[in-house]
Amino acid sequence: MPTAEEIKQRIEASIPGAQADVEDYTGGGDHFRATVTSSAFAGRSRIEQHKLVYGVFGDEIGGAIHALSLKTQVQGESGATAAERTDAAAERTDATATGEQRAAPAAT
Amino acid sequence: MSSSESNPIRDAIAEAIGEHDTILFMKGTPEAPACGFSARTVAMLQSLEAPFAAVDILPDPRIRQELSAISGWPTIPQLFSRGELIGGCDIVTEMYESGELADALGLPEQAGAPAQPVAAEAQPAGLTQIENRLG
Repeated sequence: MPTAEEIKQRIEASIPGAQADVEDYTGGGDHFRATVTSSAFAGRSRIEQHKLVYGVFGDEIGGAIHALSLKTQVQGESGATAAERTDAAAERTDATATGEQRAAPAAT
Repeated sequence: MSSSESNPIRDAIAEAIGEHDTILFMKGTPEAPACGFSARTVAMLQSLEAPFAAVDILPDPRIRQELSAISGWPTIPQLFSRGELIGGCDIVTEMYESGELADALGLPEQAGAPAQPVAAEAQPAGLTQIENRLG
């Protein structure tokens, strides 16, 4: 029986740039819940995204892995992929500097 | 892909998917679901008052096998709308919660009405013939 950690690693090894959070939600080693974030999902329907993840496990789904509940997303909760976070943070800093911190409005 | 022999189960499944606007392949029946994921999917459809055909995949293991060969989807339940796979319980849940499901099923806007059980259409006749009817 796979562990949540093994499932996580297999997903991350197989799907480009993926980040997976996997939970064994019954503690019995065969019912898992995974949230998978990857830019590889961009432009794909939910079905295609889920098929990508199921494809990592092939015949094990329904067998050794009795249930694998999926949530897939292109970006994480923070709204940015790991690669984009740095850029976005830099942009936000700039925007803040030019917008909110300017005390005096351009009156002229 | 597989041999050129006739595959009546696969044909019956494909036919059922084509014939019914909304069809759910599930474990058990809408009145007596045999698994939590199937039960939840049925509940969402009933909450939307969506008419749907239901096929119990449990009586014959070949049903699930052939269904997965057609849809490329490994788990049960599987919800189809107008010939296309919508998804399993996870996807249907996401769409239900976002309000997309009613639209995907071709229903009027998702109503906030309290859940009322809706009688599902009878099992598609073709599949009834090939299932092992227990008892």
